Amino acid sequence: MARYAREVAVVAFAQSDHLRRTDELSEVEMVMPVLHQVLAATGLKAGEIGFTCSGSSDYLAGRAFSFTMTLDGVGAWPPISESHVEMDGAWALYEAWVKIQTGEADTALVYAYGKSSPGSVRDVLTRQLDPYYLAPLWPDSVALAALQAQALIDAGETDERALAAIGARSRAAAEANPHAQLRGAVPQGDYQVRPLRTWDCPPIGDGVAAVILAAGDLARQLCERPAWITGIDHRIEAHGLGLRDLTDSPSTRIAAEHAGVFEAPVDTAELHAPFSSQEVVLRKALGLGDGDGVAVNPSGGALAANPVMAAGLIRIGEAAARIHRGESDRAVAHATSGPCLQQNLVAVLEGDRA
Amino acid sequence: MSKEPVAVVGIGQTKHVAARHDVSIAGLVREAAVRALADAELTWADIDAVVIGKAPDFFEGVMMPELYLADALGAVGKPMLRVHTAGSVGGSTALVASNLVAARVHRTVLTLAFEKQSESNAMWGLSLPVPFQQPLLAGAGGFFAPHVRAYMRRTGAPDTVGSLVAYKDRRNALKNPYAHLHEHDITLEKVQASPMLWDPIRYSETCPSSDGACAMILTDRVGAARSPKPPAWVHGGAMRSEPTLFAGKDFVSPQAGKDCAADVYRQAGINDPRREIDAVEMYVPFSWYEPMWLENLGFAAEGEGWKLTEAGVTELDGDLPVNPSGGVLSTNPIGASGMIRFAEAALQVRGQAGEHQVPGACRALGHAYGGGAQFFAMWLVGAEVPAS
Repeated sequence: MARYAREVAVVAFAQSDHLRRTDELSEVEMVMPVLHQVLAATGLKAGEIGFTCSGSSDYLAGRAFSFTMTLDGVGAWPPISESHVEMDGAWALYEAWVKIQTGEADTALVYAYGKSSPGSVRDVLTRQLDPYYLAPLWPDSVALAALQAQALIDAGETDERALAAIGARSRAAAEANPHAQLRGAVPQGDYQVRPLRTWDCPPIGDGVAAVILAAGDLARQLCERPAWITGIDHRIEAHGLGLRDLTDSPSTRIAAEHAGVFEAPVDTAELHAPFSSQEVVLRKALGLGDGDGVAVNPSGGALAANPVMAAGLIRIGEAAARIHRGESDRAVAHATSGPCLQQNLVAVLEGDRA
Repeated sequence: MSKEPVAVVGIGQTKHVAARHDVSIAGLVREAAVRALADAELTWADIDAVVIGKAPDFFEGVMMPELYLADALGAVGKPMLRVHTAGSVGGSTALVASNLVAARVHRTVLTLAFEKQSESNAMWGLSLPVPFQQPLLAGAGGFFAPHVRAYMRRTGAPDTVGSLVAYKDRRNALKNPYAHLHEHDITLEKVQASPMLWDPIRYSETCPSSDGACAMILTDRVGAARSPKPPAWVHGGAMRSEPTLFAGKDFVSPQAGKDCAADVYRQAGINDPRREIDAVEMYVPFSWYEPMWLENLGFAAEGEGWKLTEAGVTELDGDLPVNPSGGVLSTNPIGASGMIRFAEAALQVRGQAGEHQVPGACRALGHAYGGGAQFFAMWLVGAEVPAS
């Protein structure tokens, strides 16, 4: 705990059901029930929260300043202390955690949402590439992930059978997750982009997640078994895929070192690996190995539900929820952004020992 | 618990212009960052983290451009955060960076905000139609004009006040080598004769569309001790947000702005802002927002803001100079505009503002707002180390 000025914990987590389409719902209508649920779990009201931070993307919404509408859903009246990252909600959680570390807030509400269904998310994500050299070629996220998967196979780090096993394990695990978009046995499917088949790829869907953070004794009052964030860090790598070894994730490793992942064993790992091949890279970077000692993505992970901009925050929420339930004592949660795991956040969550 | 004091030790801006055809987006941001590093006499290796902000991605047509900009900003292997809080983003970005130092999570942070408006068209970028939601009515001017009219009606301000602000800010800009508009032949008559765009806002009372970037290096007490130039110290900083539209919202003087200023003054130990603050860099994209914000920020009683403007109090040689840099009315790379306000406030208390320096400025306020006058970000910087 001496690493940081204050003890901060995830004290509540809520998420929507993740669905292929939500045509009948606006973003505000999607977000509000989840906000009500996460607040109800702590008994706090929006006006009692010290700091609010959200993550989302204008490009998914198809309009500028899209987050202003969901802020209306928060009920920011009287005015609140609030901010927004144009990133996955995991980074909104990081900003909120920093705010609590300054002592200016004791609690924070963090939420994130994404609706991929109104457009073609494969096309939309090409717009986040280098606008002069790469984006004009429209390489989509599945094609880029396939490059990474092929590099792993060529390096002897995995093969298609092993990748298939990751897909099968994730979706079997999701059977116990009522919010998952894909549950149970999902056919391996055809190649999307070789060597990736349908179940190596995430489903496209809409969803919301929200978390409440609290500091010190307040966390103990709000939650029977708080999930203490004992370490959190994030790092970015070069954008150009030609500048990176796609079979490795040094940014994840550096973030994990700074978050203290390697100081003691973990029993749970919630990894934001939208493609099965990316789990191989992350396991290596986090030193998880192939063994059964660690429950990897017991929620089903991003292969079962990948609402863009919320999927990383969900990993932290799912890891925290296992600690809340007493199913984990020390968990690692991971979020990613950018093509082929360019940017990675790692958090260590721990429960008080009985 | 005590916070680490935060110091601004490096500031860099680009020369803001209508279109930087000579550089990519990466080239633009790097120019500002390199200047900030040079000002602080630091290198990329001294930077622990990068916090970047800009207004909507639609303005350049690049989704989450920070991913592509990681290399240009020396962020590879480091943490990089991207803040987006509409027009207030430049200020919010600086505050998020400041918090990283204050929380002792990082020691030295590069923060940067930019907009390269020439890559696209900001007015239409703001006007994408969404069913059942209030459109911005063809850009921001259409949204804000009725609120200006409401201010005039409420306070009885004569309709000449807006042109006084524009005339002042454009003259101040002539003293700022980085300002976009350098109108050497500006006269009050020219401002008043300019075409009406969104009644009561005239062409010369609106901000330009600029390409530009602004960067700052923030560091802790140890870093400040090594600074070759005097640092600016952060005495207070806050953000406040309120909903866009609801019954009872006061668009003329939003509660979020009042609360934000009150929080900053409390942190900085300011009881009488009019007397205790020496210079203000205020987010004034349309000239009438100067008298409106003078009231909202507590520099004048309700209904009295326009009188300060009319009496010349806010002139560069007045006793409360507002926007000595020329302000947003002279330079508006939207995503960077808030950070420029924060950086110009810091330049003032460092005594580094050149020809537009307010003599002896010890405490200065940087202010930004955005969205439907609903997001506010402010900081108060001083020449002295904060007391607490």
